[in-house]
Amino acid sequence: MLRVVLHVIARDVRLALRRPADVCSTLFFFMLVASLFPLGVGPETEVLRRLAPGVIWVGALLATLLSLPRMFAEDFYDGTLEQLALAPYPLGLAVLGKTLAHWLVSGLPLALIAPLLGLQFDLPPEALMILAFAVFIGTPALSGIGAIGAALTLGLRGGGVLLSLLVLPLYISVLVFGAGAVDAAAGGLDPAAHLFFLAALAVGGLAFAPWAAAAALRIALE
Amino acid sequence: MTAHERRTIPFEGKNGNNARMTSFTHLYKFSAPAAFYPLAGRLIPWFWGLAALFGAIGLWLGLAVAPTDFQQGEGYRIIFVHVGASWMSMFLYLIMAFWSAIGLAFNTRLSGMMAAALAPTGALFAFISLWTGALWGKPMWGTWWVWDARLTSELILLFLYIGFIALTRAIDDPRRADRAGAVLALVGVVNIPIIYFSVTWWNTLHQGASVSLTKSPSMAAVMLWGMLFCALAMWMYAIAVSLIRVRGIILERERHANWVKALLLDRAKH
Repeated sequence: MLRVVLHVIARDVRLALRRPADVCSTLFFFMLVASLFPLGVGPETEVLRRLAPGVIWVGALLATLLSLPRMFAEDFYDGTLEQLALAPYPLGLAVLGKTLAHWLVSGLPLALIAPLLGLQFDLPPEALMILAFAVFIGTPALSGIGAIGAALTLGLRGGGVLLSLLVLPLYISVLVFGAGAVDAAAGGLDPAAHLFFLAALAVGGLAFAPWAAAAALRIALE
Repeated sequence: MTAHERRTIPFEGKNGNNARMTSFTHLYKFSAPAAFYPLAGRLIPWFWGLAALFGAIGLWLGLAVAPTDFQQGEGYRIIFVHVGASWMSMFLYLIMAFWSAIGLAFNTRLSGMMAAALAPTGALFAFISLWTGALWGKPMWGTWWVWDARLTSELILLFLYIGFIALTRAIDDPRRADRAGAVLALVGVVNIPIIYFSVTWWNTLHQGASVSLTKSPSMAAVMLWGMLFCALAMWMYAIAVSLIRVRGIILERERHANWVKALLLDRAKH
């Protein structure tokens, strides 16, 4: 069972690395969104420091959203997904593998680059650490919930806009706790409570979302 | 009674050995669109009538009988619309999720049609709730909108309704649309408590001086009755409108079925 998950992860990560431009464009989008805000609201460090947690997290949400359609689309069009659905393993396991692979190529790089953006917003060092850690444990939930949306909109007209309409409201809890953790750390408070909730959302998302996404995929494959 | 006997009862029911079982199986037949269509048609006038009756009682209690509030003056009377609309917006999402679950579990066609018929009414009530809330907020708090936990979650509920409607309208095949919408509605209903909880948490952290919606002064009994009757009227209205909509959906989807052709021919003759 575990081998199925590991195999799907290895395959998807290898496919993504063969096309590094896709991964990089998501990252640059993230940096671009974050650097638009200082241009919009002005360069005062006080204001920017106040805005940073929310802006960086909203950027992470949108960047994840951008990479979601790729999760199933190619496998859907070349028939791989059908083979996965016919395989003698639960489809949910394959979706779990794809979700984790999506996190590895989109969520993890976001976590690595988020402190850099935090520096631009003049966040204190301890908040930078928490920011990286919060994005690290929060993005699995984004990949999990996003998998459901990607599966539901598979092969539909205007899938991208529809996907954002479905997924963004469900991302709100991650945004609240993610930005809350950084806010608390920047204000000198203990961010542990927020981080625990983020971890709970990630664990819950990875445990339950693949099965809902698998059900949605079976509907799309009919 | 053995399991085998129990299973065979619906077919032997006509011999009168178990009248209750027969009445239940009798109800099952309405899960077929062809049987539900005329039933819905017969029920709709009753629900309109009840909606008008409850609405009249509720508005009479609310606008004529209920006293002026000593703090809020006459402005508080918007509560008679606002509270019922908020209740209905939340309740209809649950009903929608219920029909979605039934549809996914038993693969019944009518369930998906019911969910699709309920969604626009739910979205309408969520919108009315937000709109009347803004109208109420302006004179009471001096602002159209505050990022209060309840307002924010109601807004998110409206987004969830819109997402459901957008998804089901984007899929051409009605069966796939129903099932995809059902998965979304169930994911949404699991998420609503999490979203509400996180928004409440966020609100208590961020909002400094603000209004509290939760500490309402104890309400006079007549106001409560007015509110309840208005909510009942909206409930009956929601049922009537959803039944009308589901009848339209049935006709559209079953247009190739013989009973629809017979029905339409029959209607054309008169």
